[in-house]
Amino acid sequence: MAHRIVILGGGTGGTMIANRLRRVYDESEAQIAVVDRDDRHVYQPGLLFVPFGLAHVEDIVRPRHRQLRKGVEFHETEVERVVVEETAVELANGTTLPYDVLIVATGVVLQPEETEGMTGPGWRENVFTFYDVPGAEELARALDGFEGGRVVVNLVDMPIKCPVAPLEFAFLVDAYFTDRGTRGDVELTYVTPLDGAFTKPVASERLAGLLAEKDVELVTEFAVGEVDGPGGRLVSWDEREVPFDLLVTVPLHGGAPYVARSEGLGDELGFVPTDPHTLQSVARPNVFALGDAANLPISKAGSVTHFEGEVLTENVRRFLAGRELDSSYDGHANCFIETGFGKALLIDFNYETEPLPGRFPGPVGPLPLLRESRLNHLGKLMFQWLYWHALLPGRDIPGISAEMRMGGKERRPEPV
Amino acid sequence: MTMTALELEGALVERDPEGFLVDPAQWSRELAVELGHEAGIPELTPAHWQVVEFMRNRYLETGTAPSIRALGKESGVPIKELYRLFPKGPAKLAAKIGGIPKPRGCI
Repeated sequence: MAHRIVILGGGTGGTMIANRLRRVYDESEAQIAVVDRDDRHVYQPGLLFVPFGLAHVEDIVRPRHRQLRKGVEFHETEVERVVVEETAVELANGTTLPYDVLIVATGVVLQPEETEGMTGPGWRENVFTFYDVPGAEELARALDGFEGGRVVVNLVDMPIKCPVAPLEFAFLVDAYFTDRGTRGDVELTYVTPLDGAFTKPVASERLAGLLAEKDVELVTEFAVGEVDGPGGRLVSWDEREVPFDLLVTVPLHGGAPYVARSEGLGDELGFVPTDPHTLQSVARPNVFALGDAANLPISKAGSVTHFEGEVLTENVRRFLAGRELDSSYDGHANCFIETGFGKALLIDFNYETEPLPGRFPGPVGPLPLLRESRLNHLGKLMFQWLYWHALLPGRDIPGISAEMRMGGKERRPEPV
Repeated sequence: MTMTALELEGALVERDPEGFLVDPAQWSRELAVELGHEAGIPELTPAHWQVVEFMRNRYLETGTAPSIRALGKESGVPIKELYRLFPKGPAKLAAKIGGIPKPRGCI
């Protein structure tokens, strides 16, 4: 009998793994089903550019089902719950999908309502997020009409998708108002719960340097307890305040709501406890997690999901063949950081190695690591094409291996 | 990595550069009191202990220390109160006093 593979989520991870597995198994060997609540696949890195008029929503959204290979079934409905002891998924449309292997790839949901006052008066008037399509579009209008004052960029707490995105947003705000000739009327502040600009020491120092160069004030260890839209105040749990005229915040993240309804599947935040090297869930041997949905100690980012794809494909095969799993996923992440004025940084790291300066050898490279360059910006733009044409179809990206390489990295960075 | 050591009743306790214990097994309640003093907490009240013990037990059971959100949801102490008990960074400070590594929630 054909294996039954059910994939929850038709985003970056779900689409990629469905396509990879479809190439591995023909239809007599495995049935592959993908479930998602809608048919709109958003190229999420593009959301960063929408508020500045540098990208438009119609350019970054495509139908999900069209990204799937022939022979992958697509179910457009919510997941009701997973019943791991019955190896079945109950869907909101009444269908039950039994599985031999389940892959959880439903990413995260934004939880702005978890922070007191965030979705109260002022939400989408002077309090915005660019982490979803409507938010990014409304923020474009707000920035366009902004005459001057205090702009605050904030993330409430980790984990968030693409931890560098709020920094990129601050850099782009600087560039946006500089181009309009009104930067002098804008006071720009970056407010983070972390003890520095970023999570890892070397990158954190470099990025803090860039914030200072661009005249962005950095406020650290600020854990937001309340947003007061009408009063224009961000208030921390320990009762500090940062005033704003325009707040751009990244709300709290949690796993998809059905995870909490599925006994034994997720942790208290709705993420799936997962082995960091094999991607097998702690819940059951035949359940795997991919991308943002997993609780792994690495960035929630498309590049991570892409690198995980290789190991996961291999492990689904090994599991179904009754063989020992491959435990070679090393936490590899690779991110361009847009810094404005047509430049970007590149960082490359994994579980063990923090982002280091140096050079990243590649087919178009070498690209400078942790240093601003035009080439990195072009890399970031080129990535959108690779996303639809290489990453989602489940192909390897030439010159970039799933395993992180030390070649080109400076082990002992020079003092900044 | 430079290690520092803290001397307690004649025994040396190894710590990382940020002051977290390298080996959770070297922890004791007496040491916690001393680590609390160092962090500016003059006395560990029963509420402090509730949080420190929750952190430590969770770490010993699962291998990871809970984040502040998980603490707020599961320790039985509301977040506002956590910040009053452990100023600035409750998860970080309670981990330090509880003798476990720095919470890895932040990536």
